Amino acid sequence: MATLRRPRKPRLAVWKFASCDGCQLSLLDCEDELLAIADAVDIAYFPEASRAMGKGPFDLSLVEGSITTPHDAERIHGIRRASRTLVTIGACATAGGLQALRNHADVKDWVPLVYASPEVIETLRTSTPIANHVRVDYELHGCPVSKEQLVEVVKAFAAGRRPVLPAHPVCIECKRRGLACVLVARGVPCLGPVTRTGCGALCPTWGRGCFGCFGPVRGAHAVGLAGVFKANGLGDDGVVRAFRGIYAGAEAFRKASELHE
Amino acid sequence: MSRPSATRARRTLAVDVLARVEGEGGLEVKVRRGALESVRLNIYEPPRLFEAFLRGRDFREAPDFTARICGICPVAYQTCAAQAMERACGVTVPPAVRDLRRLLYCGEWIESHALHVVMLHAPDFLGYESGIHMAKDHPEAVTRGLGIKKVGNAIMTAVGGREIHPVNMRVGGFWRAPAAAAVKGLRDRVAWALEESLELLRWVATFTFPDVRRDWVFVALRDPERYPVEQGRIVTSAGHDLDPSEFERHFGEEHVHRSNALHGVMHGHGPYHVGPLARWALNQDRLTPAVLEAARAAGLAPVERNPFRSILVRAAEMAYACEEALRLIDAYQPFDPPAVEVTPRDATGWGVSEAPRGLLWHSYSMDGRGVIRKARIVPPTAQNQKSIESDVAAYVERHLSLENDALQWGCEQAVRNYDPCISCATHFMRLSIERV
Repeated sequence: MATLRRPRKPRLAVWKFASCDGCQLSLLDCEDELLAIADAVDIAYFPEASRAMGKGPFDLSLVEGSITTPHDAERIHGIRRASRTLVTIGACATAGGLQALRNHADVKDWVPLVYASPEVIETLRTSTPIANHVRVDYELHGCPVSKEQLVEVVKAFAAGRRPVLPAHPVCIECKRRGLACVLVARGVPCLGPVTRTGCGALCPTWGRGCFGCFGPVRGAHAVGLAGVFKANGLGDDGVVRAFRGIYAGAEAFRKASELHE
Repeated sequence: MSRPSATRARRTLAVDVLARVEGEGGLEVKVRRGALESVRLNIYEPPRLFEAFLRGRDFREAPDFTARICGICPVAYQTCAAQAMERACGVTVPPAVRDLRRLLYCGEWIESHALHVVMLHAPDFLGYESGIHMAKDHPEAVTRGLGIKKVGNAIMTAVGGREIHPVNMRVGGFWRAPAAAAVKGLRDRVAWALEESLELLRWVATFTFPDVRRDWVFVALRDPERYPVEQGRIVTSAGHDLDPSEFERHFGEEHVHRSNALHGVMHGHGPYHVGPLARWALNQDRLTPAVLEAARAAGLAPVERNPFRSILVRAAEMAYACEEALRLIDAYQPFDPPAVEVTPRDATGWGVSEAPRGLLWHSYSMDGRGVIRKARIVPPTAQNQKSIESDVAAYVERHLSLENDALQWGCEQAVRNYDPCISCATHFMRLSIERV
């Protein structure tokens, strides 16, 4: 009789590019689930948490951060080759992050504003999402990502299934909670109608407009919303800034901002 | 990931990826003929150019934008940015706003210190690769640390909306003062975290500390009444007592011995040290009696010059932040309006606070329409970079007889003593052109 063998634990790796560390910190912020996750998967490479740095191949790679240097544009290919499944986490990895604001400027003018010796700084003209460089199996959005969604993604891929996450806009979340609409009732610019849910309509709950930290929802009509902002009296520069924030690099928001430049 | 290479004459320790630090950095130590040749901390965290893209943005955007410099200490950035804009516009926020910011900031100290003490730093002292590995043999300590961390996060969520990049702080105050019940409801958990932090302090006091003594100039904030967190004047162990507006006159970065090296220096004094050891040396009289007594019982001397002992101060500060949070929770009353009106004007303002890793300084200039014209951000890890390198050098010199693996681990630990946040410090750190 054949003996049942316990299946090998999936090997997890966590990688970082240009970012603030917040999305991978979300994993350590899963205080209750962390040790359970560590039991269910083999955390083979996670330098923020461990000096044990295992070699590939990895079953699941979580990638945080955007591509902003020639070195990183190379490095991501090695990670892709070593990873069976590659999931990008957060605004930086999925849309270029706040640092993608450079895509609208000339980075050569910017470096000397920050560094005393600009000639030693190696940086690309643009900040781009990981998917512009390699094949990505799944994108988890948010600045930062929701830790509940992150746990769902790790669990799903560890079990060999697709994650199940909501795909509706923040706006629906407000309606469900019975919150007064900050845009309609107070004329506050709010990206809720075009932003993917994930935060639980956090900003409207605190009495402010959504600033889009989970990025555009599929089919977002950002250009139309920009028109509403204008009709409410927001100037062109305000409209540009509203869409040119944390998800400045996302196509829908970029288009809306460029129309008002 | 390391590449130790050794010949009889020369050995090089290269730690390509420094583990258990926030952000990406590496370390290179060269030893030639039994003598230390060089120590180099390589930061390959890519530059994100915050100070450049803040130009042209609205002054009210700075708190949410600069939070994104660091996912571990966003409140430090939000606080400094909000303060700087308020000061530029000639606005003083009411005490209720200041207290609520201090409570939010206590939450950040608790989560950041708990993460570092238990998950990132303690494993070095006990010989584990990570907190997760350590959990198998020390489940109580790890569960305790994660539990305390969760309480810090709960404070940040109750006051700020979420633990990473909270959304509630704004220039002038907050978007909404949380309901009394939401804040008062934290009390029992924070009281628990206080007791557990003291237990943690007793636990780290049992560790064995490498014998290293460093002579730094300490720099920290000092508040007239309390241990410094969200505000204060800048004081030093060399006797300075400065208004934070004078920061740039006394502190800068210098090019040192390599053309691309930028180090935080205090003019006339050289490298300096910010963070828990500096706060402890300059402010222990501001701790509560219970925490001060616990810190002394844990063996902390009035001035600690051994960087490895910073873990003791972090544990004591964690307990202090819990006690302080309790005081602020008990005194809390919701207030309305949640923010004061801030009208932009053509001016420059600065903001300063004690991030978990040490003094953080921001300065912004804006025009009459509130458009940011200039931004400067000086994070703690950038200021400590020279101290970090010289600590590693001091450690290597005393431990040259160690095998490469042990020496390398000790060097890594010497870097982790600073809980270095490389994501924050990138733009001041030297970027090595040689990439590994």
